[in-house]
Amino acid sequence: MKKILYSQRLAPYFFIAPFVITLAVFWMLPLGRSVLMSLQEVLYGNATFIGFDNYERLWRDRVFWKALFNSVRYMVFTLVLLIPIPMILAAIVNSKIGNSRVKGLFKASLFVPALTSVVVAGIIFRLMYAESESGLMNQVFGFFSLDPVRWLREDIPGLVALLALAMWRYSGVNMMYFLAGMQSIPTEYYEAASIDGANKFQTFFRITVPNLKPTIVYVTTISVYGGLAMFLESFMLYAGNNSPNNQGLTVVGYLYRQGVQENDLGFASAVGVVLLVVIMAINITNLTLSGTFKKDDAR
Amino acid sequence: MTSILPARRKHVLPRRLFAAVMTGFLVVIALIVLVPLVAIFVGTFQDGNDIIRNGVTTDIDLSSLSFDNYVMLFTDSGMYFRWFINTFVLTVVQVAGTLLVSSFVAYGFAMYNFRGKNAGFVAVLLLMTVPFEMMMLPMYVLVNDMGLADTYIVIVLPFLAAAVTIFFFRQYFLGIPHELLEAGRVDGVTEFGIFFKLVLPVARPAVAAMAILNGMIIWNNFLWPLLVLRSAEKFTLPIGLNTLLTPHANNYELLIIGAFFSLVPVLVLFLLFQRFFVAGMTAGALKG
Repeated sequence: MKKILYSQRLAPYFFIAPFVITLAVFWMLPLGRSVLMSLQEVLYGNATFIGFDNYERLWRDRVFWKALFNSVRYMVFTLVLLIPIPMILAAIVNSKIGNSRVKGLFKASLFVPALTSVVVAGIIFRLMYAESESGLMNQVFGFFSLDPVRWLREDIPGLVALLALAMWRYSGVNMMYFLAGMQSIPTEYYEAASIDGANKFQTFFRITVPNLKPTIVYVTTISVYGGLAMFLESFMLYAGNNSPNNQGLTVVGYLYRQGVQENDLGFASAVGVVLLVVIMAINITNLTLSGTFKKDDAR
Repeated sequence: MTSILPARRKHVLPRRLFAAVMTGFLVVIALIVLVPLVAIFVGTFQDGNDIIRNGVTTDIDLSSLSFDNYVMLFTDSGMYFRWFINTFVLTVVQVAGTLLVSSFVAYGFAMYNFRGKNAGFVAVLLLMTVPFEMMMLPMYVLVNDMGLADTYIVIVLPFLAAAVTIFFFRQYFLGIPHELLEAGRVDGVTEFGIFFKLVLPVARPAVAAMAILNGMIIWNNFLWPLLVLRSAEKFTLPIGLNTLLTPHANNYELLIIGAFFSLVPVLVLFLLFQRFFVAGMTAGALKG
């Protein structure tokens, strides 16, 4: 016993055991099960092996393609909005210009939305996008003499509402990522640039952006899979999983509908497996490109 | 040719103007971002039917505002405080467990060399990037089969070895000098003693950052409890609030004031420990 407690050879296995057990029981086992289920028809607890029928059904399923289209579209827009804008905000906050107290308050206010749960954020945004003329967003529209919009009943306004929610919740966090990245860029680079007479835009595009590459790769990675896996935001905005015309349905929403609401576990598993393959492919590519898999630096 | 001095003077004014414009810009954005939070706060004084009918609006009859919702919350809010306490206890227990287990695992990865280490750590990294949404269905089936549905144990157990938390602790432990460990060994402390008595106390800032981050995530946790929990008296706050969000509900008062009060603990903690929130949230981006 004493030997075990003092053994430097055995100790690491004890330390990582909880991870290995969790990984095996709660992740690998269900994952294997899910792959198996995707090849079965599961009805009232009885599983029949049906080969690739679920995948074939998926291929022909128009609702699935709609959900996939929605998820990809949302993901692309969040990339377009939630990388450049927070980066510019971070650059402003990081610059020497302006009052540092105002900047501190700015950082804090932008960070606060990230603290709200999807439930609370969803409730507030549902109410802001109320259909009546008095709804806040329609009041803003009215101010510019535009007609009220039935926000959550039409496709594009619904997407705008979802993107606004995403912008609200994640701009501050992404800005913090970029700010942390910017603060690790050596100040000598900027001094050299100012001696060479570079203006602000040149400095931003020639020094800040290239040196932020690791942060950009990271934020892109989390945004890609966060966008593809989005579900709760639309679940909350549409108070459940049933948006008109499936305009707010995402891939995970479809998985939830088929698996939990309709109890069609085999088919839902096929949805899950497809999504997992897509996301793992993106992640592994990204982690490889960013060099995270390179030999470990531990001692 | 003009001398240098006037040229500099010319430069001063636009610079100040630029600074003023930038400051104004930041203030305007911050105010826009705060609108939804102000809206929910104002909503706590409004009548539920008004909220359903008009949504969030600036068009409020000031004389209609009252403290009725507050009175209702503290006298006649059904299960609300039960949910609040459930969430609180669950959060404290889960945070403590996650910190303990995850730092334990991280220590193994950071301080030792052993066979299978790289494969193990790659598994941590991959797990970090698998969104839970993808795993929810098979995990849900597993939990049902094990007869553990509607229990707290299964809300906590799968996430004690949390990949992001492990990653963060490992980064921190890598910065701790090995001499500390050697000193412990010379003094006859066991390998586990070294971790608990020497390393963990040194890692206090990392523990604080991860406590805050995990606390916030667990307090707001929605999807997994939504799948697992069945009985209303076991609900957590987000699940309970969600049940109030039905299209024709008659308790929007409780929904709004309940949502607001679920925000309060997190907001207070944020105001007190801002720096740990930011450190925790941006942990993954700063890889070493």
